[in-house]
Amino acid sequence: MSTALYANTLAELAEQLATGKVSAVELTQAVIDRASTVEDRVKAFNSTQPEDALAQAAASDARRSAGEARGPLDGIPIALKDVIAVKDQPLTASSRMLQNFVSPYDATVTEKLKAAGAVLWGRANCDEFAMGSSTENSSFGATANPYDLTRVPGGSSGGSAAALAAGEAVATLGSDTGGSIRQPAAFCNVVGLKPTYGLVSRYGLAAFASSLDQIGPFARTVEDAAMVLQVIAGHDRRDSTSFRTSIPDYRAALADKKGPWKLGIPKEYFGAGLDPEVAAAIEQAITFYREQGCEIREVSLPHTEHCLSVYYIIATAEASSNLARYDGIRYTHRSAEAKDVVDLYFKSRAEGFGPEVKRRVILGTYVLSSGYYDAYYLRAQKVRTLIRQDFLKAYEEFDAILTPTSPTPAFKFGEKASNPMAMYLSDIYTIGVNLAGLPGISVPAGFTSAGLPVGLQLIGQPYAEADLLAIAHAYDSAHDWRTRQPDL
Amino acid sequence: MSIETKFGVSPPDGPLDIGRIAFLARIELTTAEAAQLSIELGEVLQHVEQLKQVDVSNVEPTAHAFAVENVWADDEAQAGLPVEDALRNAPAQRSNMIVVPKVVE
Amino acid sequence: MNYEAVIGLEVHVQVKTASKIFTRVAQGYGQPENTLTDPVVLALPGALPVMNKAALDAIIKAGLMLHCDIAEVCKWDRKNYFYPDSPKNYQISQYDQPICLGGYVEIELPGPSRNVMGEHKQIPLTRIHLEEDVGKLTHFANDSLVDYNRAGTPLMEVVSEPAIATADEAYAYLTALRTMMIYAGISDCDMEKGQLRCDANISIRPVGAASLGTKVELKNLNSISYVRDGIAHEIKRQLALVKSGGVIVQETRDYDGIAGTSQSLRSKEEAHDYRYFPDPDLMPVRVDEAWKTRLAAECPERPFDKQRRFMTEYAVPYTITSVLVPDRALSDYFEASVAAAGPAKAQAVANWIINDLLRELGAAGQELGDTKVTPAHLAELVGLIEAGTLNSNIAREVFAETFTSGEAPAAVVERKGLKADTSTDELEQWCRDAIAGDAKAREQFLGGKESAINAFKGPVMRASSGQANPKLVDETLRRLLAEN
Repeated sequence: MSTALYANTLAELAEQLATGKVSAVELTQAVIDRASTVEDRVKAFNSTQPEDALAQAAASDARRSAGEARGPLDGIPIALKDVIAVKDQPLTASSRMLQNFVSPYDATVTEKLKAAGAVLWGRANCDEFAMGSSTENSSFGATANPYDLTRVPGGSSGGSAAALAAGEAVATLGSDTGGSIRQPAAFCNVVGLKPTYGLVSRYGLAAFASSLDQIGPFARTVEDAAMVLQVIAGHDRRDSTSFRTSIPDYRAALADKKGPWKLGIPKEYFGAGLDPEVAAAIEQAITFYREQGCEIREVSLPHTEHCLSVYYIIATAEASSNLARYDGIRYTHRSAEAKDVVDLYFKSRAEGFGPEVKRRVILGTYVLSSGYYDAYYLRAQKVRTLIRQDFLKAYEEFDAILTPTSPTPAFKFGEKASNPMAMYLSDIYTIGVNLAGLPGISVPAGFTSAGLPVGLQLIGQPYAEADLLAIAHAYDSAHDWRTRQPDL
Repeated sequence: MSIETKFGVSPPDGPLDIGRIAFLARIELTTAEAAQLSIELGEVLQHVEQLKQVDVSNVEPTAHAFAVENVWADDEAQAGLPVEDALRNAPAQRSNMIVVPKVVE
Repeated sequence: MNYEAVIGLEVHVQVKTASKIFTRVAQGYGQPENTLTDPVVLALPGALPVMNKAALDAIIKAGLMLHCDIAEVCKWDRKNYFYPDSPKNYQISQYDQPICLGGYVEIELPGPSRNVMGEHKQIPLTRIHLEEDVGKLTHFANDSLVDYNRAGTPLMEVVSEPAIATADEAYAYLTALRTMMIYAGISDCDMEKGQLRCDANISIRPVGAASLGTKVELKNLNSISYVRDGIAHEIKRQLALVKSGGVIVQETRDYDGIAGTSQSLRSKEEAHDYRYFPDPDLMPVRVDEAWKTRLAAECPERPFDKQRRFMTEYAVPYTITSVLVPDRALSDYFEASVAAAGPAKAQAVANWIINDLLRELGAAGQELGDTKVTPAHLAELVGLIEAGTLNSNIAREVFAETFTSGEAPAAVVERKGLKADTSTDELEQWCRDAIAGDAKAREQFLGGKESAINAFKGPVMRASSGQANPKLVDETLRRLLAEN
């Protein structure tokens, strides 16, 4: 095949590395070269570390020559969203507040990727502190969708999705609090997985909303995603919310689990606001699954209409507290204007945070403030229970739930930026999954007539990634949407 | 002038006292920002009002996605960060400590 | 109109664990600045808390010793406020579901004299909870410096009911609490190292009034004496204010122990809005019966219970128990000695410990743990005296030898030939001579004056070069006097 080296799947490249057809240095160089060609237009990265990446690649090749290759990810260039700590690399969270911050420690997922031999290269751009759905909230400039440079790549992990789609990495990591992996995956024609809450350690992930955040992989295929998940999943004693569960062989599960499955279509997800071309693509996917022998029926998730409200109370409340540490004192931007300590807080935070972050911190502070806790936060946590119960009830009957990932394809820059509510509504299909703590995956499902990618979302049972991946793989492996590369 | 006067803090009355909230959040807002935020957040709060219609009697709040108790570690001291690493991003330091404007206690 | 004072104390006790409460870097005092930190302590992006099991064990033990109800389930909350010594700008604490509820501290008030046990009271507690300590600020002319070594040290907050009535009661409360915590090995409670800190809430009201007066919080009480003095000072201030027609303002005041004055702290925010909510990063803790039973078995006897037991079981006088009991090592040493010597000799053992042993330890600059005098040695010494082998002067000489060399008393006696001379003929003669030498004393004794016998003992001891066995001397004299 005449696929450029950097555009191959991880599975293919692992095979090529293993058989000596390509070296890690060659592969990494190809990715670096690709980035230098397209970055001026895509702007997926806040920073890259090419020399360091090549050194890592050389070390990988040396290991392989010595017969000590560490597994399929050894020598594979992977980019991390600029909210995941890598020792001695910048961790900016796309914020002026952390623009000069260099992390003195590795996140747990970083340690795991390093142990697997991955070449960690590039700090992927994102919405500031992961707050947003378009990456327009980055303080360092927006990332462009490789499929249409006038449009957003989605958010908040827009850089991770775009870098992968543009061939600037073989796989990437993002984080997902309300859809921040799945929605950009849908916008950029790649696979994006949000694991079950607690499956992947959050130690080293700059926290946005502690009870909702999860790190997850972007990849070209479901198989690739399974291979990355294999490395990063697992209990971590440094994360008290990390779940103790056995980690199966996810890649093997793709072959072992063949269905047919029972899939639920939540009626509340198919109403007003859903773009007709997106709906059509999903209908085709439904037809595909039916043809595979799956039973597909409508299901109701009655509390769907409350997801947005619950999310914006809980996420902003937790964020307002998590972001309090960014204060100008120990390691962040510090205002030069401050006359005293009090002033130092007010001014450093005013200068360091962008408008969306300020919006959410203020809202979160409000809902927790004296007199409002019961009415907002406590009530939202109760409705959250009901939302989760909706899903768990559906799972008494269904193996997974099928929905569009996003109501629309990628929108134009500036289209929603001036209207926070409109921006928040673009998360409508992904948010419930975080509230319920469930795993969710977006796979490429076609293109609109304008050539914009459409994503299909599958939502799985708690800690049943193996099943979820198998269901997604059934569709993904039977379609070749991913071969339609962006025109860069 | 006191911080309270500077930021127009008043007791909670009315749906959104931006000045008081910005004070609690330690974010200095320009008058224009405060006005804009007031409107934007007002819209969000209006949207979330619909939660009041949900019947939550007898519903427990979800504090954690899964109910696990007694997560802890043994009391074994491990190495921390060398002081150079601890302070590598410090905006100002002296004698291995973080420098801040004088704090009046 | 007569007024009474109402005092509540909030005491923070640092728990003596090896590592910090939410991360495993070591805790400690006096280390080079910012060397006890890690990403969690510094609140770097991505840091997460993990509870220290030993801190939980410690607070449950404290709760058991202080008669608290241990909550079946408790949780952790974020207390949100900004301050340079607080890295996350929220403190992980416990708000509405603390681990210990209720309980009481038994205190002893000063008695009418040093030798008489004072009144005992129970001061009820509201709660005890676990939280994390903050860093340390040092102030200079133009700026302040922050050291985060202390940040994240586990802290127990013990909150009393507003049920303390006087400055002396407050002093007694702190002393009792401190002794209890040291006993249980929970904390060293060294106030100079910040291991025990106390804030007081003080108000006054007309005697018999039902509601509480406006309270004033007093801070910077750096020693137990300053707590007492500061409270006494504040009560006086409030009384004077009220009697002159003034109104007590709810405020926080800073006490200056050296000057003996206090002043209002202006910089504090008036109404703190801490925006408490459950910490999503930490899981709740469930304490079952098995856990409580295990820890109860590890709890030492409470100090006052021990003191009462020494007085009843061993008939040790109050004043002596007051010296033995506050030091757990010392009372353990005492009990070990009694075990070896037999309970009948408990008082004698106690006397030797608090007089001779403590004196020699002090003079030599030694700790009890270093001494060469073992409980078995002490038991042996007391036994020798009781058997009449040694008189008190010789015994002291023997003790000094044992203290220096660790040689057992019996061996010392053997080696130095210090046995009291029990030759009865010689003794008999010395006694006859003594009686003959003091007719007046003889007459007085036979006339009923008991103490007259002492007049003969001096000459007998001199004649025997101090070697005579005092018991035998006394017996012999009485026999001879009775014969006549």
